[in-house]
Amino acid sequence: MLTVRKALTSTVGRKFIMGASGLLLVGFLFVHIATNLLLYAKTGESFNAAVARLWSLGSLVYLLELGLAALFASHIVVAITLKRGHREARPDSYRMSVSKGTVHNNPASRNMAVTGIILLVFLILHILQFRFGPGISEGYSVVINGKTERDLYRVVTEAFKNPIYVALYVAVMLFLGSHLRHGFWSAFQSLGVLAPRISKVIYALGFCLAFVLAAAFLFIPIWIYFDLGAGL
Amino acid sequence: MSKDLRNYKLVIWRQASPQEKGGFEQYQVDGISPDTSFLEMLDILNDRLIKQNIRPIEFDSDCREGICGACGCLVNGQAHGPRQKATTCQIYMRSFENGDTITVEPWRAKAFPVIRDLVVDRSSFDRIISAGGYISVKSAKHADANAMLIPKPDADQAFDYATCIGCGACVAACPNASASLFTGAKISQFTLMPQGRVEREKRVERMVDQMDREGFGGCTNIGECEASCPKGISISAIATMKAEYLKAALSGRTESNASDGAM
Ligand code: HEM
Ligand code: FES
Repeated sequence: MLTVRKALTSTVGRKFIMGASGLLLVGFLFVHIATNLLLYAKTGESFNAAVARLWSLGSLVYLLELGLAALFASHIVVAITLKRGHREARPDSYRMSVSKGTVHNNPASRNMAVTGIILLVFLILHILQFRFGPGISEGYSVVINGKTERDLYRVVTEAFKNPIYVALYVAVMLFLGSHLRHGFWSAFQSLGVLAPRISKVIYALGFCLAFVLAAAFLFIPIWIYFDLGAGL
Repeated sequence: MSKDLRNYKLVIWRQASPQEKGGFEQYQVDGISPDTSFLEMLDILNDRLIKQNIRPIEFDSDCREGICGACGCLVNGQAHGPRQKATTCQIYMRSFENGDTITVEPWRAKAFPVIRDLVVDRSSFDRIISAGGYISVKSAKHADANAMLIPKPDADQAFDYATCIGCGACVAACPNASASLFTGAKISQFTLMPQGRVEREKRVERMVDQMDREGFGGCTNIGECEASCPKGISISAIATMKAEYLKAALSGRTESNASDGAM
């Protein structure tokens, strides 16, 4: 039988995992940017309130975090095994290799593993910096509705007063845009749902989505560094 | 005869046997008419090499009109050379400027080991086909060819996939040496037709299994296969293969051991 195990370990099956986990991660990015757009507000009140609302879910937050970690882990582990297979499939490389002309063969598509690894390294740093960054006990606290909550807004805005972090976040978001420029369309192709008619539409949609997501994240550090919200 | 005779410097992969390491050799070929085909140019070079007591360059060809799939090598980094929707035998020296250096390499893939020079062993493709690239037919009385109604768009689409000549350019051009376009085209051509639906689930399971077992890489949707395919087969064949695989996995109508030879 085409067992679940085999279906998930064949080259075709592993791309189902890549595509599905990739699209779910895109879904997460939308949830993430929804909250982060509040960082563009004049004060940190609304952002901190949104963060407090999330943590009021209690242990459910840990469950969500676990799910997200599993999503990242499956995406990354499968990516590594696939990449190894691709390398082994061509032990001797060509002396010359020239594209015969296709829109999908571009720096974004050829460097998915590179942009992926950059995102992974960034992810670790990002989580250490904000998720496990200073909290109430370090004095980063605000009172919301009579309750003492973590002042995450201050953690973020202080970080982005450092030009090195600003440059780093901006650069990584460009790589995220590149990853999604190919990845979004590629996921649909991997899941086998792309008829030629809609392929171009999805590819264009992937560009828009990559552009909008990357831009929305990318301008947060710039916005904070130059204090652009003060003029609002 | 044309007065426009051209000279080329050829850089060609030479390898006497599968075991030998192999390397690039340079040859000067002069006095070539632009109307000479690329393979005829190699024939001319080989004539001269034979006269000089040098082992001629081995390459595959048969029909020399783009229908058999025997020929194929990487010319200046492109599978089947610079022309779109053409095989190596269909390119002519007018595609190259006088004095050009032309680099010629065999298809490179673990599943396509080099036998000699530009000749590679593509029997891995045959094994993918024998794993499931066939249909069951009634062998009794000859049936009316039009007894089974097939929608025209399905027939056309299936025919487009069936134009695959199995040359291996898709594998050669793919950065991962994936056989997804070949396997996808073969699976799709049967799946679109009512005659091919009987073995549908088993077919996709067995053919994908065999493709993986041969050591081809996976697909990362680069599309270089489509651009290099002499028949212009669309990567929609790959999407169809993936959808078929998913449907088969969910249907449960598949077999445990795809290598036993029985269906
Ligand atoms: C913000 C996080 C991320 C998102 C939203 C995301 C999204 C995606 C999507 C949608 C795909 C296309 C899947 C397919 O072709 O079927 C993809 C592919 C890929 N991802 Fe990610 N990804 C993320 C993070 C990462 C990380 C951290 C790594 C690596 C270490 C990584 C490595 C890869 C690789 C190598 C591919 C290409 C796989 C292939 O083409 O075979 N990704 N990603
Ligand atoms: S020799 Fe038959 S296709 Fe080129």
